[in-house]
Amino acid sequence: MRKILLESLLKGPLAEPSPGAEDPELLAFAAQVASAARAKLGRSLSIREIDAGSCNGCELEINALGNAFYDLERFGLRFVASPRHADILLVTGPVTKNMGEALLRTYQATPAPKWVVAAGACALDGGLFAGSYACLGGVAAAIPVDLYIPGCPPTPTALLEGLLALMG
Amino acid sequence: MPALAEMIARGRLIEAHRPCPRIAVEEDLWRAFASMLAEGRATLLGLWGEAGAVHMGLLDEAESAACIVTRPCPEGHFPSVGRAHPPAIRLERTIRDLFGLEPRGLPDPRPWLDHGRWGLRHPLAIHPAPVSAPEPYPFLTSEGEGLHQIPVGPVHAGVIEPGHFRFTANGEAIVRLEERLGYAHKGVDSLTTGAPIERAARLAGRMSGDSTVAYALAFARAVEAALAIEIPPRAIWLRALMAELERLANHFGDIGAICNDVAFALMHAHCGVLRERVLRAAAASFGHRLMMDCIVPGGVGVDLAEGAAAPVRELLDVARGAFPALIELYDNTASLQDRTVGAGVLSMALARQYGCGGFIGRASGRNFDARRNLPYPPYDALAFEVPALSDGDVNARVWIRIREVEQSLSLVEQILDAMPEGPISVPLPANKSGEGMALVEGFRGDVLASVRLDAAGRVACSRLRDPSWFQWPLLEAAIEGNIVADFPLCNKSFNCSYSGHDL
Ligand code: SF4
Repeated sequence: MRKILLESLLKGPLAEPSPGAEDPELLAFAAQVASAARAKLGRSLSIREIDAGSCNGCELEINALGNAFYDLERFGLRFVASPRHADILLVTGPVTKNMGEALLRTYQATPAPKWVVAAGACALDGGLFAGSYACLGGVAAAIPVDLYIPGCPPTPTALLEGLLALMG
Repeated sequence: MPALAEMIARGRLIEAHRPCPRIAVEEDLWRAFASMLAEGRATLLGLWGEAGAVHMGLLDEAESAACIVTRPCPEGHFPSVGRAHPPAIRLERTIRDLFGLEPRGLPDPRPWLDHGRWGLRHPLAIHPAPVSAPEPYPFLTSEGEGLHQIPVGPVHAGVIEPGHFRFTANGEAIVRLEERLGYAHKGVDSLTTGAPIERAARLAGRMSGDSTVAYALAFARAVEAALAIEIPPRAIWLRALMAELERLANHFGDIGAICNDVAFALMHAHCGVLRERVLRAAAASFGHRLMMDCIVPGGVGVDLAEGAAAPVRELLDVARGAFPALIELYDNTASLQDRTVGAGVLSMALARQYGCGGFIGRASGRNFDARRNLPYPPYDALAFEVPALSDGDVNARVWIRIREVEQSLSLVEQILDAMPEGPISVPLPANKSGEGMALVEGFRGDVLASVRLDAAGRVACSRLRDPSWFQWPLLEAAIEGNIVADFPLCNKSFNCSYSGHDL
């Protein structure tokens, strides 16, 4: 174990520079959140992830944010276990009807100020699952959405860009 | 005792089905097949419905023979298989929920995927019924002094899929775990029914994102069997390359995540790096990190361009350089082994009874791998071993993954070396009907795809069966007697799919 630790120390970190946001929608959102969030929360945001019936592809890439290349926590962003500790709800999936109530209750359990980020094609409008008897068809059908991150699934870089926009 | 082949001869053969036989049967023969399962003379591959009929997939492991048995149910009921063969119970509850067909004699009257929230009942029946308010779900009872219940989910503490676990504990020890799933039910079967093949293939690739390659492959192979077409050799080999990359990515991720669940972050960090490298190699070679939609019926959608194999070769070097030290780290860290050895033991008898596939089955002595047992190309031309152990604990499930990583690294190399040149797809014949079935080994176990195409070349009926159907119930058994704090560890070592199971 010592050898691995030592080698890692000598080789230096794998973490890559932060991706800059260029998307105008993201920048506008950043400006809006920045004033509100910075005043209340400082430079750190807690994220509660909710899988509202995704195919789990989105979760794989959200989990990848924690690996050494993206290293989410260096930006002051971290995943928390309880919505009561969260500033941001990061929601994936077409919102299955079986998850509708759980999503709403998680939203209600999150203290204000809070923002909802919908990640992935499904979270926008149900994606390929739109029109099913079993899906509400997107996060906005259940709770108000502040930011949408596209992709199927969104790449970790796209997720990082979106989340960093929240940091202003 | 008649073997599967003899039993098949007693049914009415449906000519259009390939490659294994499909037969229509009367009630007594249906019961006879159910007894075969109950007596352990065949393995249940799947059990699914359509409006007015039920289908059961069976496998004779000794003969490497499979078949599908169909029981038309114009009266809306069929004899329960789950009554004598418990692995069928959840599948039959699902058939009742979705199609309104009654499995007569099924011991569990409760719904499974239907939580009373769809606004209708039996959504896939010819005449769906309206529904009133959701009814409370009666969990099984556990009685005794000092027992308490812990409800967990559907929203979990980590970044994982939704599901509900109801623990009954005596102090720290788990007396009973009952799962309640269905939260990720998206109604895939209704979306694929009547859909063009191309759309159904994309849906198949989103049954369970971590197995998108395996699902796309299973669906494509079933469609190609139905249409009786051959795909170009290069497509076959590219598919296998993708499948092995997917296996590598998931196994690296799982090995790290299991160690992380016992707070050994170092393994998690290093395995996470390897997983990321696989995904980056996949993105560089095929244009998508998870390789979604890269396999299409008729071949593959993206070619490995000149020089695009370089990132994969580089990955092999990096992984072969880094992985042995990690294996050693796992093997030599007493605090880690202390948690994984002896935790969450699954018996061989249960693994066999449930036809439990993947690393779970192989860690409990059920040595089945569709790539070897029902070989499909190019695996018949590749050299690989199927590791198996019999301890059945978390540790064994980690070791199977470790050994499979080594096998997959070798397979990727063999595939790159032998990659044929040529076209990567063939057009699908238009307006052709047919029926096909395929069994493909995903990282988690065997994925079954069954497809029927109508005369307009659309999907008349399709069913994709996740390996988790025969793994989730066994988690309930494996966790008994373990402490509540070990559940995340045991759960991760199983790593069943919620989405793939919930349909
Ligand atoms: S957006 Fe794509 S990856 Fe994400 S849940 Fe939907 S289908 Fe899966």
